[in-house]
Amino acid sequence: MRDAVRFVLDGEIRTLSDVDPTLTVLNLLRYDLRRTGTKEGCAEGDCGACTVALGELDGDTVKWRAVNACILFAPMLDGKALKTVESLGGDHPVQTAMVEHHGSQCGFCTPGIVMSLWARGRDDAPPPAIDSLAGNLCRCTGYGPILAAAEAAEPRDEADPVAALKTLAGDAPLALTHKERRWFAPRTLDDLANLFVAHPDAVILAGATDVGLWVTKQHRTLDTVIALGDVAELKMIGQTPAGLRIGAGVRYSDALSALAALHPDLGELVRRLGSVQVRNSGTIGGNIANGSPIGDMPPALIALGATLVLRSGGETRDLPLEDYFLAYGKQDRRPGEFVEAVVIPAPAADSLYRVFKLSKRFDQDISAISAGFALTIKDGRVENARIAFGGMAATPKRAGACEAALAGRPWSEATIAAAAAALEQDFEPIGDMRASAAYRMAAAKNLLRKLFVEAGGERATVLNAGPVDV
Amino acid sequence: MSDARVVHRPIKHDSAEKHVSGQALYIDDIPEPVGLLHLHLGQSQRAHARIVSLDLTAVRAAPGVVDVICASDIPGINDVSPVAGDDPLFADGLVQYVGQALFAVAAETLDLARAAATLANVTYEDLPAVVTLADARAAGAVIEPAQTMRLGDADAAIAAAPHQLEGRLAIGGQDHFYLEGQIALATPREDGDVHVWSSTQHPTEIQHNVAKVLGLRGHAVTVEVRRMGGGFGGKESQPALFAAAAALIAVRTGRPAKLRLDRDDDMVMTGKRHDFETAWSVGFDDAGKLTGAAFDLASRCGYSADLSMAINDRAMFHSDNAYALPTARIVSHRFRTHTVSNTAFRGFGGPQGMLGIERALDAVALDLGLDPLDVRKANLYGLAGDLTPYGQRVEASPALALIEQLEASSDYRARRAAIAAWNAKNRWLKRGIALTPVKFGISFTATHLNQAAALIHVYTDGSILLNHGGTEMGQGLYVKVAQVVAEAFGVDLDRVRITATTTDKAPNTSATAASSGSDLNGMAALDAATQIKGRMAGVAAEVFGVPADQVVFADNTVHGGGQSMTFAELAKKTWFNRVSLSAAGFYRTPKIHYDRAAHQGRPFLYYAWGAAVSEVIIDTLTGENRCLRADILHDCGASLNPAIDLGQIEGGFVQGMGWLTTEELVFDDQGALKTHAPSTYKIPTASDRPGVMNIAFWDQPNAEPTIHRSKAVGEPPLMLAISVFSALTQAVAAAGDNRVMPDLDAPATPERVLMAVDDVRRRAGLSSELGA
Repeated sequence: MRDAVRFVLDGEIRTLSDVDPTLTVLNLLRYDLRRTGTKEGCAEGDCGACTVALGELDGDTVKWRAVNACILFAPMLDGKALKTVESLGGDHPVQTAMVEHHGSQCGFCTPGIVMSLWARGRDDAPPPAIDSLAGNLCRCTGYGPILAAAEAAEPRDEADPVAALKTLAGDAPLALTHKERRWFAPRTLDDLANLFVAHPDAVILAGATDVGLWVTKQHRTLDTVIALGDVAELKMIGQTPAGLRIGAGVRYSDALSALAALHPDLGELVRRLGSVQVRNSGTIGGNIANGSPIGDMPPALIALGATLVLRSGGETRDLPLEDYFLAYGKQDRRPGEFVEAVVIPAPAADSLYRVFKLSKRFDQDISAISAGFALTIKDGRVENARIAFGGMAATPKRAGACEAALAGRPWSEATIAAAAAALEQDFEPIGDMRASAAYRMAAAKNLLRKLFVEAGGERATVLNAGPVDV
Repeated sequence: MSDARVVHRPIKHDSAEKHVSGQALYIDDIPEPVGLLHLHLGQSQRAHARIVSLDLTAVRAAPGVVDVICASDIPGINDVSPVAGDDPLFADGLVQYVGQALFAVAAETLDLARAAATLANVTYEDLPAVVTLADARAAGAVIEPAQTMRLGDADAAIAAAPHQLEGRLAIGGQDHFYLEGQIALATPREDGDVHVWSSTQHPTEIQHNVAKVLGLRGHAVTVEVRRMGGGFGGKESQPALFAAAAALIAVRTGRPAKLRLDRDDDMVMTGKRHDFETAWSVGFDDAGKLTGAAFDLASRCGYSADLSMAINDRAMFHSDNAYALPTARIVSHRFRTHTVSNTAFRGFGGPQGMLGIERALDAVALDLGLDPLDVRKANLYGLAGDLTPYGQRVEASPALALIEQLEASSDYRARRAAIAAWNAKNRWLKRGIALTPVKFGISFTATHLNQAAALIHVYTDGSILLNHGGTEMGQGLYVKVAQVVAEAFGVDLDRVRITATTTDKAPNTSATAASSGSDLNGMAALDAATQIKGRMAGVAAEVFGVPADQVVFADNTVHGGGQSMTFAELAKKTWFNRVSLSAAGFYRTPKIHYDRAAHQGRPFLYYAWGAAVSEVIIDTLTGENRCLRADILHDCGASLNPAIDLGQIEGGFVQGMGWLTTEELVFDDQGALKTHAPSTYKIPTASDRPGVMNIAFWDQPNAEPTIHRSKAVGEPPLMLAISVFSALTQAVAAAGDNRVMPDLDAPATPERVLMAVDDVRRRAGLSSELGA
């Protein structure tokens, strides 16, 4: 065991001894290391002004990812390389392109944008620039000059700290204590399970995209944290007879291609979930485990009949995902038990599977409503239907009455109308800052209509629309 | 002007390299001085209540706490307001909004200060809270009496017109969401003086407020700002509270003190764009030409006056937008509520004022079955008249020519036809297109504010130090003014060092606001440069043996009579001859005057014009919507810096689009803001920018003798985004087969669009059901 965080910064191994385990990397940089280029814009991972790059050893190369430093805890740097705007020297092609295209006005978001663009340049198959920048808010430019800079910036050869990261790879697992507060970063599933049995009050932390806000927004003190980011077994994605098995430590960005292969709607859902930075930290396991009523993934997965693998000590149990959510803020998770994996069956070959998300803004917004539909339709009849909604109740929840109104009925406008009406038996949504109760119900019904319309081949989404041709 | 070397060039922002490398210092980046104290503010949890007791004993006793201050600790006057004297630094016996400051705690670390603040024991006695505009109307709660502006007898003209229409429109507010939150860093000096770094657009007002609170004279307080991480109006009056609290702690403790708000506190504690309700009524002929228009504007000002009088005045000034109204009646109600005091925001009431008439013209067009563009054209200044409702003449309106150029370049007519055809074929998605103009009056409408000061030193090596009262919030003011100075001296731009705005160099300045920064400070700097240049020319004239007016400054050199010397040589020679190389410059805007009691006069030196065409698409099942293409033609006069101005145009448009689409402020019944972070308050992201954006300049020099004949550009482009809202209205109308006028309020969130679609279908007798 080891009680000091070791990470690589600008090629050199840095050691943090007696570090507060929930010190954010942002504050570490700004106030301890005096690297003030990285900014705080929101302290909740939504604006990207604090974007830095984290490098991890990937064979003999380094895989770099843009992340939000404001909700990243210092021990999460352990064994990794950190790159900040100061690391680039000022004359990096990304930086000169930003200058030449007038990509900064007030300049406060700029270091984060530079780091997102830099990380994008290190991606073998970068997404469109608007996706790379979804997690970087700029209030001045209107983004055009930044997008132009993104297109213009040529990659350049970079020296990666492979040797230093290999040195760190030989370190013992991290177990910090600071003023009686503890941070464990086990490497194996067994160690994780045993630690959690020994510390059942510990907070299990995956990407910190939610738990980070407990500290930065709610100002809570976390006494014991068990971080599962170093547990290799939890980072596995694999096929099982029951479906795609995604370990609880798999980050969204690593699950994207496998989910998109299951169904394009799942890929689109993940594309719109958070931002690059959030997906580079956040995990599907965490999104499920935290039990949010508006988590984007659960409705889509419940519709597919996904199951959770829960582990406690040496025992595991399988639980249908919809049964995990008991009530607002309450899940079927016993003391010492944690989510090990989610198993997602592929949509049946002849089924109609769709996922929808409605939010005020398309990118990086929490859904007002999310919905997953999985229907089997044979000979013009609905054989069965699994439908789940998020944002319509205190938990992600199946729409039993709606499903019943579909099952066995002709696949017709009349059936859809009846099924839409049945949603009123399934849900009594509340109104909040994201949407009113009336909108939630009206839009949920309309999503059923949209399902029907689009199943008939009529395109009905504004998402990829372009201007009219003349 | 064509021989200009430095002005009119697309020169990069002076801090661009520092921005991209992280080397540009914002206040929280300044190395923290030894002994720094960190402040946190205790806030009211109630919208309206008497404070029965405020027990801070436990706060004082908390670990790391050095000082705690509340209203009774204020040595001077408990007020940080810009004008009216009604914004206490700390609530004194009465709280008037959720988030109002009750006390400040100063501790060794921010975490300790924040933790200590939670230990306050506050007992409230709730009073009735007026939260919404409807509440305030019912209670008759106002900031000042309703104001009325009249041109002729609008009511009679409307009644006598061949057609009449009326309607109403609710318009949401907007949070500034500058990326850098409010911050102040105060350092005590000798004799009880204090220096304050403040992220502010208005250092002079911060100076006055700090002095007022501390009971000091103006000369004891220095306020400085190098740059802000965005302002947009939100750092005009709002920073005073934070600066005053930090300064008071610094002077009391003798230690430097910093107050930095996190995002949530910033959004809860600071004012926003006013939300409005506008009722309109118009009379018009068969061609859509208005005979009269009446507007009843109501805004939510919040608990205090702040700048609400001037903001609502500007809403009245822009109720005509670009249209000559033969008769007009504009009534403006300024309602007082128990919510945070709303404040300046890019456009300063103008955007809300314009939305009413744009909605009315859309309704007229739908009623007559005309293209809304034809209705707009029929009413433009220049064609339809030139007299504004406040008595100013609109001289040489470029509106029609500008619009027709954009109409052609954007292919508006063909696209409108193509969209109608597309809509006929698509049941669930509908498109809309709209062209709307902007005419924005340039000058502070409080005439006395239209003045500026600058200070220039030329050193004996020929380097130039520039200072002026304008502040840099990202808009490129510093580089523009430096261009003016470099041009004047005929030297390269890098000879001019731009320095932080500070009240001890340029005193008694106005806010960098009202788009006036380069107009005012550019002229003041030119005045200073001209004075020094005149003296240097005198010295050169002696050397060259020519009259001073034959001395030419160009290419870092001074020429005359076939001779030349470098600018640096002349600077040294000037010093050697004991001639001053330093000057203070001053400018006051000419021609303007305004009688507020009568709401008549010439409040504006000139108008900035522009127009935009936006194409949108909506999903009639979900209300989701996007702007797909925007074409903009905007008037910057002879642009001082086209690169900077282009950035203002595009940035303003996207910010305006956010205001009218995704940005929604939600207060609960108890007056608490529920959208106080980017997780819940959604400003545009990169993908919200229209996929196609064509921006061009209306390249005509200003007819008024402004700085190098340029025009102000900070605010006007925001209102180009009204075209997006109008296009969305068209798309919703299309969902009802253009039979009825949509009742779409702003912001046009998916929810509002869906509800408006369902409403037009119901009123048009169409079913929303499948197969209808």
